[in-house]
Amino acid sequence: MNTQVNAVPESPLGSQTAPAVMSQTRPLYWSIRRELWENRSIYIAPLALAAVYLFGFLISLFWVPRSMRGMGAHGTLPPVNVLAMPYSHAAMLILLISFLVGIFYSLDALHSERRDRSILFWKSLPVSDLTTVLSKASIPLVVLPLIAFAITVALQLIMLLLNAAVRLVSGAGTAMPWAPPLFEMELVTLYGTAVLALWHAPIYCWFLLVSGWARRATFLWAVLPPLAVAAVEYVAFRTSYVGSLLHDRLGGFTAAAFDLKDKNGVPIDAHFIPLAQLAPGRFLSSPSLWLGLVFAAIFLVAAVRLRRYQGPI
Amino acid sequence: MACIEARGLRKAFGKTVALDGVNLRVEEGRILGLIGPNGAGKTTALNAILGLTPYQGNLRVLGRDPWSERDRLMLDVCFIADVAVLPRWMRVSQALDYVEGVHPRFDRAKAEGFLEKTDILRTSKIRELSKGMVTQLHLALVMAIDARLLVLDEPTLGLDILYRKQFYDSLLNDYYDRTRTIVVTTHQVDDIQNVLTDLMFINHGRIVLDCSMEEFESRYVEVTVHPQQVAAARALMPIHERQVLGRSILLFDLKSDPKSDPRSDLKSDHIERQQLAMLGDVRTPSIADLFVAMLGTQGNKPVDNSGQAQGVPQ
Repeated sequence: MNTQVNAVPESPLGSQTAPAVMSQTRPLYWSIRRELWENRSIYIAPLALAAVYLFGFLISLFWVPRSMRGMGAHGTLPPVNVLAMPYSHAAMLILLISFLVGIFYSLDALHSERRDRSILFWKSLPVSDLTTVLSKASIPLVVLPLIAFAITVALQLIMLLLNAAVRLVSGAGTAMPWAPPLFEMELVTLYGTAVLALWHAPIYCWFLLVSGWARRATFLWAVLPPLAVAAVEYVAFRTSYVGSLLHDRLGGFTAAAFDLKDKNGVPIDAHFIPLAQLAPGRFLSSPSLWLGLVFAAIFLVAAVRLRRYQGPI
Repeated sequence: MACIEARGLRKAFGKTVALDGVNLRVEEGRILGLIGPNGAGKTTALNAILGLTPYQGNLRVLGRDPWSERDRLMLDVCFIADVAVLPRWMRVSQALDYVEGVHPRFDRAKAEGFLEKTDILRTSKIRELSKGMVTQLHLALVMAIDARLLVLDEPTLGLDILYRKQFYDSLLNDYYDRTRTIVVTTHQVDDIQNVLTDLMFINHGRIVLDCSMEEFESRYVEVTVHPQQVAAARALMPIHERQVLGRSILLFDLKSDPKSDPRSDLKSDHIERQQLAMLGDVRTPSIADLFVAMLGTQGNKPVDNSGQAQGVPQ
């Protein structure tokens, strides 16, 4: 192929010798940035929730120390799970909202570009369908978990500092235990966030595939067919394998990734999970996880293939 | 090497045949106008060229198969597939950042230079721009890419005449350099008559006319016939006749220029330009006139592929 001689004199020499092929990561990086420009709810929703939560926590600080003082006067020490409660509630809420944001993002990701015809613009640029779909899949699988974790850590640190400040000012003191072991909690949160992303990967990828396929009502197309299969199975055979499979996919990660009973066989309180109760080995060797990831990969490959054929709707 | 080469290009949507064995060849450095009525297959042909739709038959664009190599092809090909496909949520600065990020041949300074000449603000969202401004922005993005083929599908639809004129002016003055190839479809054919180097008519999925503009000008002649000469003019077999303000305007196909044809025995078949000049006022028809002459009288019947108009009004 001959290199074209550019006849426009003022054009810089560099443009003629620009490399024809960029590194593969650059279009991916810019595609992910583009997703963040378009979908600002990815970080605004968890940030807004954190702000609201912090506001509630601040108000609670003005009466909690008094009750704590009362507790101390009676000689009972607050157990660690009670101390951890506001912190773990914060983490759970932020993980929940990032799950919801991820679901709605995935349902829209390959649909909105067809709806507003901008797919014709994206396809006019040297970005492959694979790069585009991967950039969209990385939002719920990588970006949202990272954002959720960062916001959780920041929120919990601010809560801890506020708590300490109120205690010092109000004279409640810090002599008796008043805060949970936050560092340990952060490690568990990090583990839990990663587990959730891996466990829910097939859900996000299925929703992405539906968003690239359905012409309208993406939510119904994503949700009703699996429910219909479960219902038919139940009516026809009085069994609920599909139903329990779906149920397990939503919430089964707790049993797969954590030891829910301590070494004495006592069920643990989900508000404070000690590091010793994590079961990464069992999680990584569970067939359920890998089967889910295989399905996620199949859905992604299908979404990439499908995008080649798709135009504006 | 031809920029675009298609042989037997076919595409059907169910029972509707959009492309019915299209053969075409576009050399590099040409500005081709692809003209056809609605549903003639223009957009399907362009979509096949751009790798947006699968097809049957043989198609190479800059030596590549567009369907399997779209992302690599887009390093050398730009297109404006429609007006207003730029994402409405995006800011102008983000559009510049993104294209700079993903396209190695994008010259940001050049795009900024084009935008300087417009009223577009970097901080505006695309939804806040007028239709004309969105087209200006898209053109600025596309012209700053050092591509070898630019495809424009109805790029000026819905724009007023000032924007349209400016669009083609900047395309010719700031972009076209005789090595780049441009393919454009539009219904506003008068806008591009003086822009094109080549002309193609497409109808019912087939190419019905394929000629250079030089050929067009030497081959087709429109005569506003003197009233007393109408019968004599009609005897010369015009391909189309219309009445304007009570005068007959006849369109003739001279087929080939007799002066350039050395075979004297064919001369009798030709209508001489001078012969027509005696019958009335002679001028080069507009593309629109030829389009109406060739396609307007045939209704929905397919025409043959020889590039000759068949329907002579009685």
